Amino acid sequence: MIEFRNASKSYDDGTLAVSDLDLTAASHEITVLVGSSGCGKTTMLRMVNRLVTPTSGQVLIDDVDVADRNPVELRRSIGYVMQNSGLLPHRTTVDNIATVPVLRGTSVRDARKHALELMEIVGLDRSMARRYPWQLSGGQQQRVGVARGLAADPNILLMDEPFGAVDPIVRADLQRELLRLQAELGKTILFVTHDIAEAIALGDKIVILMKGGRIAQQGSPAEIMASPKDDFVTSFLGLDGARSLHVDGHLVVDPSGRPVGRLA
Amino acid sequence: MTWILDNVGTIAGATWAHVLLALPAIVISFVVAVPVAWLASRFRRSRFILLLFAGLIYAIPSLPLFIILPLVLGTSVRSLVNVVAALGLYGVALMVRYAADALDAVSSDTVLAATAMGYGPWRRFFAVQLPLAGPALLAGLRVVAVSTVSLVPVSALLGVNSLGLLFTDGFQRGIFAEVLAGIVATVVVAVVVDLGLVLLGRLLMPWERPAMMRGLRREVEDQAMVTA
Repeated sequence: MIEFRNASKSYDDGTLAVSDLDLTAASHEITVLVGSSGCGKTTMLRMVNRLVTPTSGQVLIDDVDVADRNPVELRRSIGYVMQNSGLLPHRTTVDNIATVPVLRGTSVRDARKHALELMEIVGLDRSMARRYPWQLSGGQQQRVGVARGLAADPNILLMDEPFGAVDPIVRADLQRELLRLQAELGKTILFVTHDIAEAIALGDKIVILMKGGRIAQQGSPAEIMASPKDDFVTSFLGLDGARSLHVDGHLVVDPSGRPVGRLA
Repeated sequence: MTWILDNVGTIAGATWAHVLLALPAIVISFVVAVPVAWLASRFRRSRFILLLFAGLIYAIPSLPLFIILPLVLGTSVRSLVNVVAALGLYGVALMVRYAADALDAVSSDTVLAATAMGYGPWRRFFAVQLPLAGPALLAGLRVVAVSTVSLVPVSALLGVNSLGLLFTDGFQRGIFAEVLAGIVATVVVAVVVDLGLVLLGRLLMPWERPAMMRGLRREVEDQAMVTA
């Protein structure tokens, strides 16, 4: 369980990235932080593995304040997946995946062996093992990023817009894979995105954020969709526009009358 | 020509002496410049001072430096240590800027990713930043190497053995072939050292080789498109 207690982050120039955040991300669930740029979502994520230190307040993992933990050890115990995968350009696929286990003292040989198994789990062909990141497609790079995040078998996985830079078809594919993996692995995942559709597709719980790092509303996708708290949430969800659907015979149509689906 | 054939042993000896002066100086340039560049790249405020200082060193004329340095080091003017130190100093002065730029150019996203993986600062520097700065470091080191090799002959004015002695001796005695041999041999040494560095780079940075081939392939494709 990840818990933010009154966590704030302000910068020297006075900008408030996160203000008084109180938030709990339950174990074995996907919690999605969603908001447009400037809402502090990446800053929140980075507070968990101490890439960012809160100006005030605390972040706790299973009731232990992360500030009390050695930052390097802490980071090795938490999976981190970022946009553009953040792969090391001078390491092959298999060595990129093996990075954290090797840092934790596993022998290179064992770490590589395990990395090959992980490649299979995230749906990468073994023939990719010796390739460098630039030799992979965007979608493959993200799969490597996910495999690397999982390599040390962490309880927690932080994902910072991991599928933001790939095309929509690949993104949908990666989202499905993530849900499949999560059903097997049951990690505690904190997932950041600016895409509300992605948040709804993945989140057990969604946290909608406003500028300055304040929570507009949080809850399950169904809860939020059923009763948006205010106009901001309504418009963020698109309930005043594209997602304001009605039924026309057997068809589900959008406000302009275009069909978006059919009642099953 | 006969002079060259008659003095192959002298030329070979001078070439070897030349290499023995240049190589340690090149190694010193790299080993000293990288930590200085790290300081310059890590602490923004020190950057200006360090690079200015390096620039000033490079601006010192070489002959006076060869003569002043022994006063500082306590060696004799003709000692090899003196010559290597002077060459190394110029090399460092030149290399610091290249190295600082090379370290700065490493993607901050990659460094952040490495930090997030759990690299400590030292390990991150040696396992991530330094290798990724490698290609740019190599480009700088090649310039430093060639410049060092071509600076060695100045030490001949002090009487230190190198290919430079062929210049001074050839001029004094009016033997054109000797001067020519000195020039050609110096160029050969420079080219061989440069090739050596390129090969070393390929060996140490295997991830770069395909990138280079990719560049070549792109050129070929471009040409193919032009022809088509």
